[in-house]
Amino acid sequence: MQQSNPEGVSERLLIKGGRVVNDDQSIYADVYIEDGLIKQVGENLVVPAGVKVIEANGRMVIPGGIDVNTCLMKSHLGTQPADDFLQGTKAALAGGTTMIIDHVTPEPGQSLLEAFERWQEAADKKACCDYSLHVDVPQWDETVKEELELLVQDKGINSFQVYMAYKDLYQLSDSQLYEAFSFLKQLGAVALVHAENGDVIAQEQTKILRMGITGPEGHALSRPEELEAEAVFRAITLGNRVNCPVYITKVMSKSAADTIAQARRRGCVVFGEPITASLVTDGSHYWNKNWAKAAAYVTSPPLSTDPTTPDHLNTLLASGDLQVVGSAHCAYSTSQKAIGREDFTLIPEGTNGVEERMAFVWDKAAAMGKMDENQFVAVTSTNAAKIFNLYPRKGRIAVGSDADVVIWDPDSSKIISAKLQQSASEYNIFEGVECRGGPALVLSQGRVVYEEGQLQAQQGAGRFIPRKHFPDYAYQRIKIRDQVHKQGVTRGMYDGPVHDVFATPKYVTPSPSAKTSPTSHQPPPIRNLHQSNFSLSGAQADDFVPRRSGHRIVAPPGGRSNITNLG
Amino acid sequence: MSPPCLPPGAEDDLPVYLARPGTADPVARQKHGGLFCSVEGAFESKTIDFDALSIPRGAERRRGDVSPRVEIRTSGGKEELQNLPDEKSDRLLIKGGRIVNDDQSFHADIYLEDGLIKQIGDNLIVPGGVKTVEANGKMVIPGGIDIHTHFQMPYRGTTTVDDFAQGTKAALAGGTTMIVDHVIPDPGCSLMEAYDQWRQWADEKTCCDYSLHVDITHWNDSVKQEVDSLIKEKGVNSFQVYMAYKDYYQMSNSELYEVFSFLAERGGIAEVHAENGEIIAEEQARMLQMGITGPEGHVLSRPEELEAEAVFRAITIASQTNCPLYVTRVMSKSAADIISQARKKGNVVFGEPITASLGTDGTHYWSKNWAKAASFVTSPPLSPDPTTPDYLNTLLSSGDLSVTGSAHCTFSVAQKAIGKDDFTQIPEGLNGVEERMTLIWDKAVTTGKMDENMFVAVTSTNAAKILNLYPRKGRIAVGSDADLVIWDTDSIRTITAKTHNSAAEYNVFEGMELRGAPQVVVCQGKIVLEDGNMHIISGVGRFIPCSPFPDFAYKRIKARKQLAVLRAVPRGMYDGPVSEFSLSRGGTPSASARTSPTKQPVRNLHQSGFSLAGNPAQCGEPSFLIRTPTTRPLGPSSKHVFTSAGHV
Repeated sequence: MQQSNPEGVSERLLIKGGRVVNDDQSIYADVYIEDGLIKQVGENLVVPAGVKVIEANGRMVIPGGIDVNTCLMKSHLGTQPADDFLQGTKAALAGGTTMIIDHVTPEPGQSLLEAFERWQEAADKKACCDYSLHVDVPQWDETVKEELELLVQDKGINSFQVYMAYKDLYQLSDSQLYEAFSFLKQLGAVALVHAENGDVIAQEQTKILRMGITGPEGHALSRPEELEAEAVFRAITLGNRVNCPVYITKVMSKSAADTIAQARRRGCVVFGEPITASLVTDGSHYWNKNWAKAAAYVTSPPLSTDPTTPDHLNTLLASGDLQVVGSAHCAYSTSQKAIGREDFTLIPEGTNGVEERMAFVWDKAAAMGKMDENQFVAVTSTNAAKIFNLYPRKGRIAVGSDADVVIWDPDSSKIISAKLQQSASEYNIFEGVECRGGPALVLSQGRVVYEEGQLQAQQGAGRFIPRKHFPDYAYQRIKIRDQVHKQGVTRGMYDGPVHDVFATPKYVTPSPSAKTSPTSHQPPPIRNLHQSNFSLSGAQADDFVPRRSGHRIVAPPGGRSNITNLG
Repeated sequence: MSPPCLPPGAEDDLPVYLARPGTADPVARQKHGGLFCSVEGAFESKTIDFDALSIPRGAERRRGDVSPRVEIRTSGGKEELQNLPDEKSDRLLIKGGRIVNDDQSFHADIYLEDGLIKQIGDNLIVPGGVKTVEANGKMVIPGGIDIHTHFQMPYRGTTTVDDFAQGTKAALAGGTTMIVDHVIPDPGCSLMEAYDQWRQWADEKTCCDYSLHVDITHWNDSVKQEVDSLIKEKGVNSFQVYMAYKDYYQMSNSELYEVFSFLAERGGIAEVHAENGEIIAEEQARMLQMGITGPEGHVLSRPEELEAEAVFRAITIASQTNCPLYVTRVMSKSAADIISQARKKGNVVFGEPITASLGTDGTHYWSKNWAKAASFVTSPPLSPDPTTPDYLNTLLSSGDLSVTGSAHCTFSVAQKAIGKDDFTQIPEGLNGVEERMTLIWDKAVTTGKMDENMFVAVTSTNAAKILNLYPRKGRIAVGSDADLVIWDTDSIRTITAKTHNSAAEYNVFEGMELRGAPQVVVCQGKIVLEDGNMHIISGVGRFIPCSPFPDFAYKRIKARKQLAVLRAVPRGMYDGPVSEFSLSRGGTPSASARTSPTKQPVRNLHQSGFSLAGNPAQCGEPSFLIRTPTTRPLGPSSKHVFTSAGHV
């Protein structure tokens, strides 16, 4: 595979005669690439001699795909996924994806920063394409807060995932989510959410196991799609309360997708990410008689058992209600999956999809006439770049952008098979599915890495791409909404009788973090009765007597019972 | 007697002889001659008078003949002499009314005795000396059931200003003849003790029948047992849990799951106070920090999406546990929408808007008058969106919301003033038990949103069905309790705290002009209200026990339980290689049972369906639903040893 790079000398390339497809328009133009950047886009370019010319012959020239959700180092019970950064990025490149964003998943109690550094080190050694990292937040405390701040300020991370599932492990409570969202919003980061109701799942798992269901079908049975929809709804509510952009990873079911679509119609800043698996296949395979095959489909949230789900998700993706496509590529070998052969709760979760992602979006949505080629570019690349603040460096073919370019062949067709894939896993969950469309040529950092079925990836070539906080795409609306302030009503002091209460408070809703009475921190309300609108009923004898400020009315004028009358 | 069911509206087109018994037929059938004699007058009029046969016009004519006043006559003289000596016996004849049930309306007389409805029909044979109420064509409806009240609720050492006597008096004045009060035990206290306490208070004072919900404020095994015995022995079938009031009443999702599962098993109804308590607590702290301490902080810290979120979550958990769910106090459009969507999906969920959410909105929280603003404080708060009441009335009319309560829980201004410097301390609750029926009549029936039958359904019948009291309550039928109301559709009155029967100083509906009011209220067979005069005796109210598994909620649940038997897929043992792993960190550990609940699967390969690559068609077909016969042994399965990737 590792061929010496013939372009290593010049790194100058001209793509001639292609149709440049961005998310907003398609134009016929040539693209000139030098030093890993796009230097010129247009017709009749003036280029130096000795440039390698690639004839696109009218085929589509699109920005390389960005896979926003991969887990290439997410260990499960001590075992690493079969696809590491090398294997995973090779698969990505073969599928036309030139950048991945991987999830850093620290163990609970572990330092986020250390985990990040481990990931970065591994990726720098192995990745064949540019990469960036999301950091998952497995618990919530003060040290996590400091680390988050450091990661945002110094390390170029602007997206953090929180979990509403995995009870007693990663799961955060609603209060913690509220605090996490508030904090992330201050930092200008995007809150990624794994949305499933972990409490109910835990209960259901116990129930299902008690019923004697231990196979992979128990996974789907214990995680019905309404639990996903419920958590999505809750996450959106929380995000909307604290005015923080929320990004739902792995939208797997119709009801969850509908919840997102409805929330967007209400004006919530929320993004939804269906994955390759949910766009193509469904959860009926969990009932497969072949344990190994059934287990290969295990991921969370599970694939929906409703076979119309993929079509519905593709429709929402085409209409813009869902924005980005990830793969959630997290491939475990069959022997690793077999850890849970007697208990489905132990099966490592994850499916493949990084290699097939773009081809399937083309096949299921673009080739079906659901979306046009521009929208195809938007959902596979541009939107991701915008949400995570990589745009226009990534996700666009424009002068100055990175030379991550794919020549897309809409007519090629292949049958997916584990035998032909780059991934190291034995199963491919799309086995036997025919798929139209595929990359004819892939350029990463200005180098040809894939051409007509030949992969020439270079290990370690991938760079870490830091991302700035406050991505405009997510935060512009948020910032304006922040300027709208709530105000209290200026009233006079209530001077009527006050009922005596016992010292033990009842019916108090105490605030969680500040257990002390929050009233004590406050400036006392102004007791200026001149500004007050407080009025006792009717005209009073002393209406014309000016009141001194600070005058304490022991017995209100007109008698004590006046407050009971209606003004 | 049970008249044949007809779709509402269809009755107008039917001739009298098809309509039902007890009609407006002006000529009563005469006994004449014998079996084979010609009917008297049969040959005299050959022309059929269709006008006389069609009901509504007949009714109108009849109504035109007489004065619209309701008259109450006590017969005397001869009849009294020939009758039994006990004049005190509660016998009552309601003549000439139009009986309105939730399914149909018809003209008939009603005879009441001993607190029960004994006869319904025309030309009833009743003993002499019966007090007669001339309804003159007015509606006679089943007495209202207010499914949600907090009378005499203890609060920080005092109680709400309306005790059971005052509260039920207000209820009767508004046409409500039964209330269902909430028993609220303090967290950590015994449910049973609280229940006994409430029974004692209520038995002493109530003027009308009552029943009780019990709130579950914490959850453990002893609570479980108490709930069990409350259902079995004490006649309580509905239990409320809280998703708000963090660190106090609030339950976690796991607890909710367990409570719902438990109630589903025992046939109880799970009621929820649906608001996300955790976010509320955060928002309250934020509001107070911003210096907002007045009642507007209450609504700002409890935005309606938190209500909608909690409703969504409660429905999800209830649907998982297959438990009927009842959402108390639907206050906002978004919460109501979620309920109606869930009902469309087939979930068993009932929504209860309250008088206040149907009649007024949350703009009053910004009133400059602190006392007025505070009097509106309740949870979930009234929505500041002024279109909310209209919207909720529409959903109530369409059947998406099922019952109405009042959540009557009144505090004096002095009590409300406990929170004068901090809105979180304001005691929550507002009035509504007296205005409930009138308000719905005005907002929903006179606006043409719902018909009179639906009015009866949402004010009375549906509540009776949910509580399993139907048809004893909520219907005018022979054998039902004699709780009924003669409803005057035309009366107009203005709501004001000066004339209302509650002890509260403020009325949240102050100044509203409402049409429709009860003219005569009969409770337990006695007239308790006639033309504005009340004759009530405190302490006559009986506790009405509710039995578990109400059909209205549980018929569907039971059917689904039989369907929802999950089966495992029979597979051979996986014999391939297994990776090394350490169990130091678990996958998703199960909540209560930490030990691995897995049982050893049977290693009988003859029964196994395990097959390596081969017939792919077999693998493609999902066998996932539920009732597939699974004992079919698949073809001769030889010893399969899983080796490596067999791509199927």
